[in-house]
Amino acid sequence: MATFLLKRLGLMVLTLFILSLIVFFAGQVLPGDPGRAILGNLASQSAVQALDHQLGVDRPLITQYLSWIGGLLHGNLGKSYTYQSAVEPFVRAALINSLKLAALAFVIVVPLGIIGGVIAALYNGRSVDRAISVTGLSLSTVPEFVSGIVLIVVFGVELKVLPVTAAAGAGASPGSQFKHLILPAIPLVLILFGYIARMARAGTIEALNSDYTRTAILKGLPRATVIRRHVLRNSLLPTITVIATQTGYLIGGLVVVETLFNYQGIGNLIFKAAQAKDFPMLEAGILVIGVVYVLATLIADLLLIALNPRLRTEVGHD
Amino acid sequence: MTDIAADPLEPSGTTLGPASAAAVAVAARGTPAPWRLLARKPTFLAGAAVIVFWIVCAIFGHAIAPYNPLAQQLLATNAAPSGAHWFGTDPLGRDVLSRVIVGARSILIICPLATILGTVLGTAFGLAMGYFGGTFDLISGRIVEAVLALPSFIVAFLFLVALGPTTINLIIVIGLVFTPLIARTVRAAVLAERHLDYLSAARLLGENRSRIMFGEILPNVMPAILVEFTVRLGYAVFTVATLSFLGFGVQPPTPDWGADIAANYGNLTAGYWWQVLFPALAIASLVVAVILITDAIEQVLSS
Repeated sequence: MATFLLKRLGLMVLTLFILSLIVFFAGQVLPGDPGRAILGNLASQSAVQALDHQLGVDRPLITQYLSWIGGLLHGNLGKSYTYQSAVEPFVRAALINSLKLAALAFVIVVPLGIIGGVIAALYNGRSVDRAISVTGLSLSTVPEFVSGIVLIVVFGVELKVLPVTAAAGAGASPGSQFKHLILPAIPLVLILFGYIARMARAGTIEALNSDYTRTAILKGLPRATVIRRHVLRNSLLPTITVIATQTGYLIGGLVVVETLFNYQGIGNLIFKAAQAKDFPMLEAGILVIGVVYVLATLIADLLLIALNPRLRTEVGHD
Repeated sequence: MTDIAADPLEPSGTTLGPASAAAVAVAARGTPAPWRLLARKPTFLAGAAVIVFWIVCAIFGHAIAPYNPLAQQLLATNAAPSGAHWFGTDPLGRDVLSRVIVGARSILIICPLATILGTVLGTAFGLAMGYFGGTFDLISGRIVEAVLALPSFIVAFLFLVALGPTTINLIIVIGLVFTPLIARTVRAAVLAERHLDYLSAARLLGENRSRIMFGEILPNVMPAILVEFTVRLGYAVFTVATLSFLGFGVQPPTPDWGADIAANYGNLTAGYWWQVLFPALAIASLVVAVILITDAIEQVLSS
């Protein structure tokens, strides 16, 4: 287990390092001259050079990278071009909003996906199974903005039962906030359902075909007990990993959903920063998302070890 | 996501075990049975029909479309669907049906090219990683795993913001983002083949490395690559449409489903649903069609 954990931690550090390289390269090297970007086309060359010097972007790349990463490690995420102030409070507020939306989506989709997958597995190969599998797979590939728009048209514009913007307004009650978040959460649920159901199905089928399940049936336990105690306990383990890896897709989805529903989350922050070419804000948003994602994966690994006693003794599980 | 692709290899590997390299290659490539099985699957036929329809639109769009997709009719703006404009018109009076038909072109150029780029690069890396093994596999494998732990859409988005959203940049960025995913699948497939008898035979016969990699292993991992290709194609459509919606994909005024939705979804509250719903359905039909085909291919290969 120690080897497994060390391996995971090592991989996490490597992932974060690659993330920092990607963000530095794409955010600071590719866009070209930041002084020119801030001052615009009409500014004089000397003014641009002076600002570049002030920003420190005329130094060698390796020095810039080291000072940037040093700042990050001290919690200094940079200064927004647009707001001329530290990006950190913006990112923090946005992250909290996004976590609310993501949490709601997960609370809805995890039980739904697991139930769907287990039902599909129990009817393996029959039409119920095909219907759940193909529907899940199709839904998971329809972009969130497409399903989101259909939802807005149906529930917001035609039926007028749910608000079409996610922001409940300042000081809104938790109940009102929740109501505003339902519609934006559904596109995320539709995307994730297929993956979770697919994994739960595969795990359940494997557990159903196992020796311990056969033993349990042969010793005369009722079917419901066998499924609850022997099948589900084993089949849901891989599902946990999938749920964690889907955080990445969820985050991609947040950019779209938050933009579509005008919700002040991290996705919307990234989108607006991208539009304004506010690279420090964009970089901070993407770094935060990357770190959250990597942490989610690590937590899933730890959870897997906690729930699966076999992993505690198995060395070098991959 | 990628575990799907490893399965189809198992049967061909175990049943064909000791046969000669040539026979294996022929069996993997030449048997007509999988295609006949595929042609009998209703899901495959439905998916293929939808894709052929959009390909026809992409190629002959301007000839089929009832109006010029760029022509503005300022006296007929925001017109609801009618006999003259089946899908209505947009705020500039452009015919939505014509824009949906011609809009197939951009996405059907970018997505296959990006997927092909990713598949070719990923296959090359995957073959090398799986075949050479050792330190090379260890190091590149760790890097691939580390890259896969990043949210790929966000990475693609960042690069397109930095580089500017041109068609060629879209193809390259999406292709490169797909490369590690495909490399991992191909590597797993190669590892499953590596110790089979036909490869030992080929080595004993003195075939050189590139001949073994591309002549012997590649044909046998082809089913896995094919499945991975169709899966990625679905994601490419998803990604390009989403990027266009966000304004970092296909740029206006070129007709494009995602960009048209982005331009007009603000009008939904005014009740002009047709400007948005029809391009949205077009995207949905294309992705679902790709998925139906993927699902059918997977089933045929694993049966």
